[in-house]
Amino acid sequence: MPEIGQAASGAGMDAVIARQTHSRLGRIVAQQAFWVFVAAVIACVTLALVTDTFATPQNLFNVTRNFAFVAIVALGMTVVIISGGIDLSVGSVLCLSAMVLAITMNAGYSFAFSALLAIAAALLVGFLNGVLIAYLRIPAFVVTLGMLSIARSAAMILSNNKMVFQFGPDEKLLFFLGGGSTYGIANPVIALSVLAVVTGLILKWTRWGTHVFAIGANEKAAVLTGIAVTRVKVSVYMFSALMAGVAGVLEAGWLGGVTTNLGQSMELSVIAATVIGGANLLGGAGTVFGSVVGAALIEVIRNSLILLGISTFWQGAFVGSFIVLAVAFDRIRAYRESEH
Amino acid sequence: MTALRLEGVSKHFGAIHALDDVSLTVQPGEVLGLMGDNGAGKSTLVKIIAGNFRPTHGKIFIKDRETAFHNPLEARRNGIEIVYQDLALCDNLTAAVNVFLGRELTRSLGPFRILDYAAMNRRAAELFGELKSETRPRDTVKSMSGGQRQAVAIARTRLSDADLVLMDEPTAAISVRQVAEVLNLINQLKRQGIAVILISHRMPDVFAVADRIAVLRRGTKVADKPTGSTSPEEITGLITGAIQHA
Repeated sequence: MPEIGQAASGAGMDAVIARQTHSRLGRIVAQQAFWVFVAAVIACVTLALVTDTFATPQNLFNVTRNFAFVAIVALGMTVVIISGGIDLSVGSVLCLSAMVLAITMNAGYSFAFSALLAIAAALLVGFLNGVLIAYLRIPAFVVTLGMLSIARSAAMILSNNKMVFQFGPDEKLLFFLGGGSTYGIANPVIALSVLAVVTGLILKWTRWGTHVFAIGANEKAAVLTGIAVTRVKVSVYMFSALMAGVAGVLEAGWLGGVTTNLGQSMELSVIAATVIGGANLLGGAGTVFGSVVGAALIEVIRNSLILLGISTFWQGAFVGSFIVLAVAFDRIRAYRESEH
Repeated sequence: MTALRLEGVSKHFGAIHALDDVSLTVQPGEVLGLMGDNGAGKSTLVKIIAGNFRPTHGKIFIKDRETAFHNPLEARRNGIEIVYQDLALCDNLTAAVNVFLGRELTRSLGPFRILDYAAMNRRAAELFGELKSETRPRDTVKSMSGGQRQAVAIARTRLSDADLVLMDEPTAAISVRQVAEVLNLINQLKRQGIAVILISHRMPDVFAVADRIAVLRRGTKVADKPTGSTSPEEITGLITGAIQHA
């Protein structure tokens, strides 16, 4: 590692030791996301050895596609949680977006126009969330809990609570985007990869990303240093809604039909994925990689329950325990750090 | 030329006179110790200079030019930097990013503006060097000592060529060894010709670095004299009211 070489030439032994303990490897190992990744790999390897159904191309294709939807929404949740907020409305926003798309396409409009309208509806919800949270200072938990109810209700009103399963002239395109694959990889997985990379780059390399981290760590400091805190907060909730909206469009294409149940209680899996991946519910910490790996771990466990013939009723117990465990580990680590 | 001059500044909150007819000057390269008990009007005075409050009466001159700020950003643009008591740092970010928080350096990459970490780290390292601090730009603030955190907050004030730095209780919450480090930082600012107003409860710290000491009691200035011609006993008396005026 070049870092160590520099330190050795510049300073004495102490500096070298200090550098080594803060080396890149050390930093990676200290990340919760790393251990979740290890857990996911172990689970996959174990399943591949124990069952002869896990490591089949068809099953792996299903697993990756299934987790892609949760992971895309988790990208938005990651940004919200880093900023110190929470967005409980994502499942309903996903449903609203899918429903707007379905109704518009059903009425004969093109995919592009319908998708645009669906995303616009999602962004509007995110904007309302953000304004209520940032300008009126209503707690995010309350605002998005209310929006969870309102957005799903809006989907019911729009559709008269009927299932939409005919998507007009561009139906094939929609089904391809959500349910098809390119070079053997499910299209939602490709969408996830692109969105994850973009989100990661934005968080690391833009002023906006830095400001999101700053607001989550110390909102007062962010205000005092001249960051446009209210505007950044609104944009954060719009980003979350955007991701839920995109996932809604893709999921409509996969399912081939949209009902008002779509995305119900999805916020739990999404928050679980984000928190398991190392995001701190108190704000200031979280990674894109962690959230994607967290979503993958949840899906692998869900899949393993099915393959091992265990009732899927256990799934909730596993996901719930994982959330508590992840936060408990984080607490223990924080406690240890404060002791030093 | 004075760095800052206040003329007859008052601030009333309804019937409460938080500040009454306070006049004050600070020269470039001068450290003014501002002392007073809780509720004496120190924070109100700081907030007026920092642009959080507007005075009810009175005038503020920066470099002999009359000014009125509507918010802290305007004050900053006019060469006034504030080091807040809690330092306004973000633990999860590096020292360099904290220094540049809200004024990050960017460079263009095709159509995008991305953060210029290399330039921020380089400049932050220079500033820490000027302040004779061991702080490393790439370290996250979470792992830093109180003295290093102060260095980060003070380095922030050096980004824009500030004429006046206001420091609110910089030594209140740190260890004895780190206090020396902070007093050193103040001397570095002074050496660079920057005027410093040091608000502190700690008598030894004020006597160690201040050229002049002003005392506020119940919203009025009761003393303003060179550090050499006063004593901790006299200042204590002025703060408590045992000595009426000096």
